[in-house]
Amino acid sequence: MLDADFFRRWMTATAVSVGHEAERLTALDSPIGDADHGSNLRRGFNAVATAVEEEAPATPGTVLVLAGSRLISTVGGASGPLYGTLLRRTGKALGEAAEVSAEQFTDALRIGVDAVRALGGAAPGDKTMIDALVPAVDALAESFAAARTAAEQGALATTPLQARKGRASYLGERSIGHQDPGATSAALLIATLAETAGE
Amino acid sequence: MSDETGLSGEKGERLVGVVLVSHSAAVAAAVADLAQGLVGCGATVPVAAAGGTDSGGLGTSAELISAAARSVDRGAGVAVLTDLGSAVLTVKALLAEGDELPDGTRLVDAPFVEGAVAAVVTASTGADLAAVEAAAAEAYTYRKV
Repeated sequence: MLDADFFRRWMTATAVSVGHEAERLTALDSPIGDADHGSNLRRGFNAVATAVEEEAPATPGTVLVLAGSRLISTVGGASGPLYGTLLRRTGKALGEAAEVSAEQFTDALRIGVDAVRALGGAAPGDKTMIDALVPAVDALAESFAAARTAAEQGALATTPLQARKGRASYLGERSIGHQDPGATSAALLIATLAETAGE
Repeated sequence: MSDETGLSGEKGERLVGVVLVSHSAAVAAAVADLAQGLVGCGATVPVAAAGGTDSGGLGTSAELISAAARSVDRGAGVAVLTDLGSAVLTVKALLAEGDELPDGTRLVDAPFVEGAVAAVVTASTGADLAAVEAAAAEAYTYRKV
């Protein structure tokens, strides 16, 4: 079973991981974006880590709702409302339970991913975070480690794609050949989930 | 940027507020000035610009958007116009939050400059939120060639 402490540790670990990878994320965002993905997410997840530590929400759902709200408020780029919506909707779907099973979390995360798709209008293959999140949720039924692998493969598979959403889509065919920064950060989020679960 | 009363001098009715959200503080403020400057003799519409990030860079600030919406809310609704990308997504996410924006706040699907002019001029007549929204959205149909 996964409790509030598990989700707080996931958010804290994500802040550390995003901090380590911020320069790489921004470098990926330079040729096809506006070179702010790493710095934006670092600011956002640092605010999340501070908030979950100070407010110590008591249930899995409230941890993720708080984290999502902080991302919407602090990121400053499109990844803020997108990741914010992912975590908030996932958290709301978890309800008020003090502990949730891996199956309940998988179902909730799928609702969160669907909400991101509705907000941004992206489908699989559009070269976005969805290309890492959808395979991750599908593999989560198997294990956290399988979800991590699926997210990383999904992020790598964005390289040959042409972007159809966001600023990168203005580049048309010139977006081909670059790994998508949003899919890359989504894979980091799933990787820290697996690490937090000890997988 | 916003007028203190938001009341039309003659009828005393409440005016719809307008919030302009751009990645650039300069763009948001200039479009607000332009729209208000084209109102002519109508009532002074509460208009607020929410441009750029909290630190003055290019981007979107949820806090600036929330503060702008509260500052122009006179109880008749608030029309929010955005430029692109994170500006659109942030407003949608704030609306989904439920309590971050005043009741009767609506994201208006309209071209930023032309829509802002249409929205502010329409609001200055004392029109309701639906009419302001329709006028702004209609700006998409004004072809230039």
